[in-house]
Amino acid sequence: MTKELKSTADGHGWMNALVRSREGSLVLLIAVLTVLTTALNPRFISPQSLKDLMLNVSIIALLVLGQTVIILMRQIDLSISSIVGITAFLSGTLFINRPEIPSVAVVLIAVLAGLLLGAVNAALIAWGKIPALITTLGTLYIFRGANYAWVHGRQVNAVNVPGSFLAIGTSTFAGIPLLTWIVLVLLVVFSIGLRQYRVGREFYAIGSNPTAAVLAGINVSRRLATGFIISGAIAGLAGALWLARFGTVDATAGEGIELTVITSTVVGGVAITGGVGTVVGSVLGALLLSVFSSTLVFLRVPSFWQQSFQGAMLLLAIAGDAYLAYRHALRLRVKWSHV
Amino acid sequence: MNAPTIELVDIYKSFGSTRVLEGVTMSLSPGEVHSLMGENGAGKSTLVKIMAGLHLSDRGAVRMNGQEVLFRSPSQAQQAGVSVIYQEPTLFRDLSIAENVFMHRQPKTAYGWIDYAEMSRAVSQHLSQLGVSLRPEDPVLGLSIADQQIVEIIKALTFEAKVLIMDEPTAALSLEEVKRLFQVVERLRSKGVAVMFVSHRLEEVFTISQRITVMRDGRVVGSGPLAEWTTDEVIRKMVGRSLAALYPKEKVEPGKVVLRVRDLRRAGVFKGISFEVRQGEIVGLAGLVGAGRSEVARAIFGIDPLDSGEVVIGETVLTNHTPQTAMAVGIGYVPEDRQQQGLVMEMTVMRNATLTVLRQVQRFGLVSQDKEREIAAKWTQRMQLKGHIEEPVNILSGGNQQKVVLAKWLATKPKLLIVDEPTRGVDVGAKSEVHRTLSQLAKDGMAIIMISSELPEVLGMADRVLVMHEGKLTAEFARSEATEEAIMFAATGQMGSLGNKKAKATPNGQS
Repeated sequence: MTKELKSTADGHGWMNALVRSREGSLVLLIAVLTVLTTALNPRFISPQSLKDLMLNVSIIALLVLGQTVIILMRQIDLSISSIVGITAFLSGTLFINRPEIPSVAVVLIAVLAGLLLGAVNAALIAWGKIPALITTLGTLYIFRGANYAWVHGRQVNAVNVPGSFLAIGTSTFAGIPLLTWIVLVLLVVFSIGLRQYRVGREFYAIGSNPTAAVLAGINVSRRLATGFIISGAIAGLAGALWLARFGTVDATAGEGIELTVITSTVVGGVAITGGVGTVVGSVLGALLLSVFSSTLVFLRVPSFWQQSFQGAMLLLAIAGDAYLAYRHALRLRVKWSHV
Repeated sequence: MNAPTIELVDIYKSFGSTRVLEGVTMSLSPGEVHSLMGENGAGKSTLVKIMAGLHLSDRGAVRMNGQEVLFRSPSQAQQAGVSVIYQEPTLFRDLSIAENVFMHRQPKTAYGWIDYAEMSRAVSQHLSQLGVSLRPEDPVLGLSIADQQIVEIIKALTFEAKVLIMDEPTAALSLEEVKRLFQVVERLRSKGVAVMFVSHRLEEVFTISQRITVMRDGRVVGSGPLAEWTTDEVIRKMVGRSLAALYPKEKVEPGKVVLRVRDLRRAGVFKGISFEVRQGEIVGLAGLVGAGRSEVARAIFGIDPLDSGEVVIGETVLTNHTPQTAMAVGIGYVPEDRQQQGLVMEMTVMRNATLTVLRQVQRFGLVSQDKEREIAAKWTQRMQLKGHIEEPVNILSGGNQQKVVLAKWLATKPKLLIVDEPTRGVDVGAKSEVHRTLSQLAKDGMAIIMISSELPEVLGMADRVLVMHEGKLTAEFARSEATEEAIMFAATGQMGSLGNKKAKATPNGQS
């Protein structure tokens, strides 16, 4: 295993170096922010606030995994927040109707429901050939609207949910919340999947050059479908975990979260034009945004500024990418010409 | 002769109401390079795509080793041993060379993970066999077209392709790179691969093939071993008539100096470029792809800024140099990529032809259709353009599109015309018409700079040949001194930089 990882590390020239430097610079930024904020307010790194930070970032980070797969293929999935809403309420309803149901069964049903909703996107995009932006914008509203009709003003409360399930969102193992552990395990799984399996490389290939992907014999429709089904299933899991984390769920659960997820992914170095990026980078992107908003809270910046800062971060990330690409092009120009 | 590896029997294909292939029968045999020739629109590409699994034929059969096969997808064709190299390499620019080669069929380790080490090993072995100094880990982003084609060839090699189809692989390559490609092809042929070579370039076809098939209008109009063909015969079959001369440059006595450039420099691209062009002269600018020829042209036309140096037209020193000022003093520029840079593909011939002279077609500040029609008709007639001037440009053939671009610039009545690869992707008939037009323009007193990667074109058309290598002028030949060998020598930098515009090259092996 170490052999593989090593060959991976020195196996990719400047591209890897660039990606690595992206991840490196994200870690650096997070560290700088943490140190600065701690200097101003030492409570920033108290165990409680670190735990809050991890809990806050976990569900976003989870959704980022699915979104990374999608954006790598030069697609986009806006509907995830509505899938989270439906599956969160579905999980709560299951506990209300069948109090004795095992938590594992609830999680599995939520994942399955998310998978089915993802399959709707998949069918429309991969075989209906409707652009992902349009399809998932449509299903974003359709799923949310259906959710409103179904929930009909009701609400799931923490008293309806067994304590063992809520423990996922509250208890810790080795100082890290269970919820975060789940995300970390999946991060490793996705990371290996995207790096070490053909399927993973084909997601990159499709985003890099769709025509070449067809010529290489990749079944692009099937891969697109796989991506949207994965994204849906991940959103289903996020829905169940949303219930575990917050206890209370109404029809608005998860609203607007899709934009935070997409922002995190792009800040994390996944090119919106596909083909470039890693899940580790996108999760670091999510962490950076989360640390940044905590910093703003600790520094008593009025909360309505937070969104503006998030947007500025996104533009900075893209400007940074453009600058790196420009410098690279310049370097190539000089390298090839020998003048 | 050996039994054929792949046979196409009585293939028919239509797109809508357009018949593209009508009963084509052709076969490729092991150890044989079989060239397929024909003008644009003859149906060559469609035939290639049927073998590649991108199109299904309407009627007819494809057989491999005598067995009937049906390729429904590119991967089925690949698995059956058919590899295709297209004119424009189709690669993943964000991924490494090794990943490009092995996409969708990466080797795996014992644990089922992708074996990157094995991928690198296999690809670097092929790279060193081909004598290419690239690393398997290098990203495709930033590779030249020739290097990208090397990646495609390595892909075919690792497939152990039994049939290798190359669809105009040399269109974007310099002569040196073509030689390298042909060495590879020769090696594959000796290993028993059946090779199909689609090209417009007659010299190349006669160099490399053992068998030639010519198509016209969706039918095979001639096929046979190389010995049965002459270039005239191939051209006659392709166009349905004989072409007396492909390169009809007339002798013209050069007049006044029109353009004088001194010590042009653009950091990292070219430097020390000095030369003159006179009235009635065609100056050929030769060199390998990437030597900086087009870049010099772009700088003279004011598209790219110069870091230093001087461009003088007649007596005027160009300062504050932009395409607008260049046009104002009488420079015209026909770019290499006509579809992207030369034409608005959706607009009519008339609109395209008058784009450069909009001021002349105005009446009361609005564009006058009558004036547009008048000017467009004048220049397109002069170019012998086929097709109506109110048709959109995108339905014209490559040759006719090029004529529209030329017409557009002629309407400005330039003193100096720069043409960059004027006949790339243009079929033989239209090519000679483009050449005849350039020759006529020179005779009428225009100064012309012609950039071309086709040496016969340079040798046939140019009164003088300037050669560039890695951003520097390395040689200048008069028409009588220029030979293919001499130009290639200078283009590969084997005689050192001469810099001085008066320096003449005297390579060995003069003819």
